[in-house]
Amino acid sequence: MNKFTYADVNSAEAAINELTFDNGTKLIAGGTNLLDLMKINVETPSRLVDINRLPYNKIEQLHDGGLRLGALVTNADTAYNPMVRSNYPLLSDAILAGASPQLRNMATNGGNLLQRTRCYYFYDTATPCNKRDPGSGCSAINGINRIHAILGHSDHCIATHPSDMAVALAALEAVVNVTGTSGDRRIEFEDLHRLPGDEPEKDTNLLSGDLITSIDLPAEGFAGNYKYLKVRDRASYAFALVSVAVGLKIDGGIIRQARIALGGVAHKPWRNNEAEGQLTGKPATKQNFQQTAMMILEGARGFEHNLFKVELARRAIVRALTEAIGKEQMQ
Amino acid sequence: MNISTANKQTNSGWPAGSASAPGVSGLLPVNFIINGQQCSLHLDPSVSLLDALREYIGLTGTKKGCDHGQCGACTVLVDGKRINSCLTLAVMKNGSEITTIEGLAQGDELHPMQAAFIEYDAYQCGYCTPGQICSAIGMLNEGHAETLEEIQELMSGNICRCGAYTNINAAILQVKQEAGNE
Repeated sequence: MNKFTYADVNSAEAAINELTFDNGTKLIAGGTNLLDLMKINVETPSRLVDINRLPYNKIEQLHDGGLRLGALVTNADTAYNPMVRSNYPLLSDAILAGASPQLRNMATNGGNLLQRTRCYYFYDTATPCNKRDPGSGCSAINGINRIHAILGHSDHCIATHPSDMAVALAALEAVVNVTGTSGDRRIEFEDLHRLPGDEPEKDTNLLSGDLITSIDLPAEGFAGNYKYLKVRDRASYAFALVSVAVGLKIDGGIIRQARIALGGVAHKPWRNNEAEGQLTGKPATKQNFQQTAMMILEGARGFEHNLFKVELARRAIVRALTEAIGKEQMQ
Repeated sequence: MNISTANKQTNSGWPAGSASAPGVSGLLPVNFIINGQQCSLHLDPSVSLLDALREYIGLTGTKKGCDHGQCGACTVLVDGKRINSCLTLAVMKNGSEITTIEGLAQGDELHPMQAAFIEYDAYQCGYCTPGQICSAIGMLNEGHAETLEEIQELMSGNICRCGAYTNINAAILQVKQEAGNE
């Protein structure tokens, strides 16, 4: 680990000033991903600014019936919050499918969204990686790419975003509240993360000096018909090969609204509005679900070691939709 | 009892730490209450809580396994919550109350979880055991594990390469049932 200085701050203004004063400065909250990466010199900040004392540590009801999750609330406190559990069980399940209890006691909501990929080559400073060292090349495309993307990848990067929480937030159409040098703004969840393109070093559309303050959940939490299905190499404490977050509104066996987000398959949680729209108004049948899965995976392209993910994702989508509906309501 | 690096008290039962004296450039003052004892140190900001415990305070019961949050051997209780001490900086926990494996027994009387681990032979090599025990206590405090399946899921952050899981689960279930009967 490189040498760095450390300070803690009491206000967002102070944190933003620290960030703009020196671009080697990083914010630290839970620290579970940043310190991990610092130990192997993937991250080498010259200064760490501890933001744990900022006032973003509450979960509050919003006037529109939604819920505001403070950026500094831990993943565990969010997942077990009574309002989250009753109104947004999809989010609770997704958070609890990720990491370990110890990590969830440390990791914050803001930090969860900003965690970096678990691509082996991103972690290995002895190998080229365009995300870690722009322009050096992608070792995964022709390397061991079993855990890598099948959708939205580029010739420069085939990494996936590792968060489970983010997949549920994508399905719920959360909004991320950010403060920065030019004041406060709201970012639709869809627009927070980005595809790698020719700038894979950028995971998100946040600007330097930006600080996530909270995440707003809309009033509709799909608590009646939901499923977070995570497929991984072991039963617990592993990153997703494929995950599916489903939220549905149904009426008499007919799909009235569908939200489907995939994890483990792309540089960001993957949604296909067209496929969701096409399912709307249709009866909940296996055939319709299979058609939806095919639409979502249109254009999917795997690599030497992850071709299995295309079929795995197709089946996972059908199963998640079926389980969200409940077998008795299948037509 | 005050354990301070400026005035090391080796009669505390803890070996003298190796932290540098206060005032040296780059070091930051850190104060914890560790196992009920006040502890004052001056540490480089890069020192993890795990290294502070083991290398600077001499509490080597907490184990370093992977040092990347993947194995759970370093699990301690910070303000009552179980965390991986390898993935937090000591300076970030300034002012916290920390409980390690050394702080669980009351004199010669083992903590019920320690006693159950012995009764159920819940270890082989023992390297993961301090983390398993701290994690199990943290889990029961959290109150979300009711069934064997839930215990297995909520203990998944603690790896045992000897494979003593069956007996670890039995020990935890026993403590949980005893606590429920009180």
